[in-house]
Amino acid sequence: MTTVSMTVNGKAVSADVEDRTLLVDFIREQLRLTGTHVGCDTSQCGACVVHIDGKAMKSCTMLAAQADGADVTTIEGVANGDLHPMQKAFNDNHGLQCGFCTPGMIMSGIDMVNRYKAEGKTLDEAAIRHELEGNICRCTGYHNIVKSISQAAGEM
Amino acid sequence: MSEGIGAPVKRKEDKRFTTGKGKYTDDIRMENQAYAAFVRSPYAHAKVKGIDASAAEAMEGVVAVLNGAELTGDGIGNIICGWAISSKDGSPMNMGAWSALATDTVRYTGDAVAVVIADSKEQAQAAALAVDVSYEELPVAANIEAALADGAPQIHENAPGNIIYDWEIGEKDATDAALAGAAHVTEMDITNNRLSPNAMETRAAIAKFDEAEDHYTLYTTSQNPHVARLVLSAFYAVAPEHKLRVIAPDVGGGFGSKIYIYPEEIVCLWASMKTKRSIKWTADRTEAFLTDAHGRDHITKAKMGFDAGGNIVGFKVSTKANFGAYMSLFSSAVPTYLYATLLSGTYNIPNIYCEVLAMYSNTVPVDAYRGAGRPEASYVVERMIETAAREMGKDPAELRRQNFVKEFPHQTPVIMNYDSGDFEGNLNQAMEAADWAGFAARKAESAARGKMRGIGMSCYIEACGIAPSAAVGSLGAGVGLWESAEVRVNPVGTIEVLTGSHSHGQGHETTFAQVVAERFGVPLDSIQIVHGDTDKVQFGMGTYGSRSGPVGLSAIVKACDKVEVKVRKIAAHQLECTEEELVIEDSQVKVPNTNKALGWHEIGLAAYTAHNLPADMEPGLKEGAFYDPENFTFPMGCFIAEVEVDPDTGVTEIVKFVASDDFGVIINPMIVEGQVHGGIAQGVGQAMLEEVVYDENGQQLSGSYMDYTMPRADDLPSFVVEHHGTKCTTNPLGIKGCGEAGAIGSPPAIINAITDAIGDNNLSMPATPSKVWALIQSSGAKIAAE
Repeated sequence: MTTVSMTVNGKAVSADVEDRTLLVDFIREQLRLTGTHVGCDTSQCGACVVHIDGKAMKSCTMLAAQADGADVTTIEGVANGDLHPMQKAFNDNHGLQCGFCTPGMIMSGIDMVNRYKAEGKTLDEAAIRHELEGNICRCTGYHNIVKSISQAAGEM
Repeated sequence: MSEGIGAPVKRKEDKRFTTGKGKYTDDIRMENQAYAAFVRSPYAHAKVKGIDASAAEAMEGVVAVLNGAELTGDGIGNIICGWAISSKDGSPMNMGAWSALATDTVRYTGDAVAVVIADSKEQAQAAALAVDVSYEELPVAANIEAALADGAPQIHENAPGNIIYDWEIGEKDATDAALAGAAHVTEMDITNNRLSPNAMETRAAIAKFDEAEDHYTLYTTSQNPHVARLVLSAFYAVAPEHKLRVIAPDVGGGFGSKIYIYPEEIVCLWASMKTKRSIKWTADRTEAFLTDAHGRDHITKAKMGFDAGGNIVGFKVSTKANFGAYMSLFSSAVPTYLYATLLSGTYNIPNIYCEVLAMYSNTVPVDAYRGAGRPEASYVVERMIETAAREMGKDPAELRRQNFVKEFPHQTPVIMNYDSGDFEGNLNQAMEAADWAGFAARKAESAARGKMRGIGMSCYIEACGIAPSAAVGSLGAGVGLWESAEVRVNPVGTIEVLTGSHSHGQGHETTFAQVVAERFGVPLDSIQIVHGDTDKVQFGMGTYGSRSGPVGLSAIVKACDKVEVKVRKIAAHQLECTEEELVIEDSQVKVPNTNKALGWHEIGLAAYTAHNLPADMEPGLKEGAFYDPENFTFPMGCFIAEVEVDPDTGVTEIVKFVASDDFGVIINPMIVEGQVHGGIAQGVGQAMLEEVVYDENGQQLSGSYMDYTMPRADDLPSFVVEHHGTKCTTNPLGIKGCGEAGAIGSPPAIINAITDAIGDNNLSMPATPSKVWALIQSSGAKIAAE
């Protein structure tokens, strides 16, 4: 067992976890924040994306212990009173159907907008599609996800 | 009104999904919960000689290790196929026994032989690895050819030669004669590749047994919780219906794969009774590949004959369909009544004959996947007519136009009676949106850059809202395919609509509310759609086959009709007017141009206080209805794909994809377009990326997202989706259904476009870069700048 301490959605948390515990299992099972999902076992689908110290990471692909001391944001921590512009954009543009991949899409979307803004690059349709390489959606054909991220990029 | 039929209302359900507050089965935790892990066969075909669970039982946290002998010993029944199909000779289909836990033989890699119940998921998984199963390997038939070969291993004792049925439809002699007299006959061998549905939420279940009440609760990832309860009770004898509550909470996509009742739900329910614990199981993705029903997997020979003027005179189709190791719930209907009945396509074809040979193999069971039979039919018809046009030197659009059904109703030779449509209207709309006329210039421009450009179309038709119940019953269905609804107007005027349809991404909470809001002139936010719980909803047949619009909504309309009758009676009584004078709008029931009006909420209050109701009227304001459709509905459309192929790499880029659909009346165009986008993406996946691959030993080589190519954002373009609708004449709203069309119409459009680009018709799905490159090399295709 290992004791891990981190900040999750602005709150300090500390818990004993097995050494092998994945961050996503810690978030879902111990913190009971079930908005972060697991859609595959091979780090492909991106349903588990959270932000670690402001960067999008697949929480199925790191141990809880690796996040010790980190500042973690999950989908539950994105809205600040009102919906985040990315959350609103997904609703505005019908960027979700079953909703299962949506938390990961939103976390990846926010991260990509932030990175492109920081680097002064334009996030056009081709760039959004390329950046979504690590997120799989089976419902939407990505058409409206691309529109959603594009709208939010103009508002963030 | 802006929230009613035809309005692109934003979805009510999105807030919980965008904020991480959706409630999927795996998000639920019960008291006293234990976890199930299945011990699965590593062999595709083997005798089970013994199971030694002693080491596993001694491991920390293990509650129980249970096997098939115990399961059948407790009277749990075999898994069944619910649609009886007879062979040409009248003999019934050969359904092999399928126990939720194998007793003496395993028949596919992943077949479950035992289950470990433990305090934690990790403990259960570790102990499952420690269960020692002795197998005696048997020869394997892992595909259609192997299953039909002389001396093939016998997979089920009661299915000689592995044949499930040898079925036919249509007039064989007349079709043969028409082909013999044809001026031109196009012949093709066509394969429809095997797919894995891959809803992003894997299957999951939590079963709870309440010993004091002798009652079970099952949370499960189901598209049809009432059907699950019915089958779990009637066939598997897990519990009687009134002692079993099935809840399908938020479900993360289905695409057909969550229609069926799988071994895992049965075992979790049974194990909860055995262990007195709540039992949770969630598939990992590899388990999903190994156990979720696959789709498609057909091999077809087809002949289409034309007279000298280009009119189709006959169409003969012979299909072999791989069912996998066992017959899944609706498997038998897919390559028969959901496939061969659509072989007339959008065309006037006087003579059609189709025979279908269904067989077992040592692979995962195959059943309905988005489109279910109709994509296979559409692919055969649209590849054939395109190829025929090329062979006869005719314009493919004009050959289609010439042969279109133009008058309705139209009776095909294969059961279906098309009620409505304007096929040329959709063709024209799609060709204009695709700038079909400007293609030659674009092709020349591509050629100048060393690229091969192609264009292809598909004029699909499909059938939704499988119906009527008596008709499908006469064709072998074990269930009725109606839908039910209940509309409850509360004393304050708010409305709950209980529906037997189930939403797992389709947006019913919004679209169904739009219909009711318009009907009663009340705000969308005053309406709540309730679904997915057998304790709340009266009954339902669930959501598949694009039936929620044409069938589910029709039931809601029928219940609204009954509510309206009562509302009018109450209002007429209180306002001292006739029922006919009243109009219902703007949250009021009123006589126009008078001061006679009651607020909608006042009607509700009057119904429940019952202080002043017409004589003999019962208090309350809720009505239920069952709607049984008169006919299938027939969504159709024209899809056009334009592609550019890089001859050096074989990589195909979809430059443009245009869809023009006829879905009848549309409730919410935003949601309908989203359904089309997703369907096209799955169709493009089938056409270019996806294939379940087994080796000759029955090992699945495509069992993860490292190996099975899911469509990703940069594999796809943005789509142009247009609508040219004709009202369905056989249901109250005129809806045709839209959920599957994209997946049905897109594969032939893509393949027709790629074969046009490379000038070689010998291309099978998925059209991977290596296949396309090899064809370009072997045919010596040249880039044509003309």
